Amino acid sequence: MSLRSPLGRVAGLGSAKDGVSHWWMQRVTAVALVPLTLWFLFSLLSLPAYDYLTVRSWVGLGWSPVFLVLLIVALSYHSALGLQVVIEDYVHLKPVKVGALLASTFVHLIVAVAGIFAILKIALAAT
Amino acid sequence: MRQRPLSPHLSVYRFMYTMAMSIAHRISGVVLTAGLLVLTWWLMAAATGPAAYAGATRLLGAGLVQVLLAGWLVAFVYHLCNGIRHLTWDVGFGLEKHEARRSAAVTLGAIVVIALMLLYLAFFARGAA
Repeated sequence: MSLRSPLGRVAGLGSAKDGVSHWWMQRVTAVALVPLTLWFLFSLLSLPAYDYLTVRSWVGLGWSPVFLVLLIVALSYHSALGLQVVIEDYVHLKPVKVGALLASTFVHLIVAVAGIFAILKIALAAT
Repeated sequence: MRQRPLSPHLSVYRFMYTMAMSIAHRISGVVLTAGLLVLTWWLMAAATGPAAYAGATRLLGAGLVQVLLAGWLVAFVYHLCNGIRHLTWDVGFGLEKHEARRSAAVTLGAIVVIALMLLYLAFFARGAA
């Protein structure tokens, strides 16, 4: 049963009903990113060099590709949610806001797909 | 759609450094989003081949880009430490004004120490990164 008036519903007032999921996924990805980003940073810093072969063998080695894919997924999701809120809060002109939100969504999808593709390409070539 | 007043009403509050930390969290987040683009581009270069990777290495090794990388490292440390502070609020701790100010000071101290350590590890302990 809804306590909202029919007029309020057709006017599109009130909650869009997805605020909690946005808030919650921002936190879930934040918690996941604490170990993932620290693992990434210290793995990267412990590499002896950053030449082509060293980097590729690290990306493809053992659990690295698994954690790298998780890192890219969590990062792009967290970043998409965060940038969405920033755009919603600071861009007030409706067409610019909608355009910026669409651009952000598409760029984050491209980043996620490209990142996963690159990691898998390197990891599967290494086996 | 009817225009209705929206929070936050920033202009009615006296400025506090906790407000600066709040907006810096968003700024560091946006900066890190740009870093994510570079990370993906670097991974794609490594997946594409030696020539593409050599081009990426040349660009990442440039002086100005090294400064940017250092900036991303600092932004990461800030967003990580202040993000953990946010998560403690989310589970209900430290929401009183004096507690938020104390956690701000503790977080800032941690950020300075950790950022300096990581900058040393990344840029000085091993030569050029």
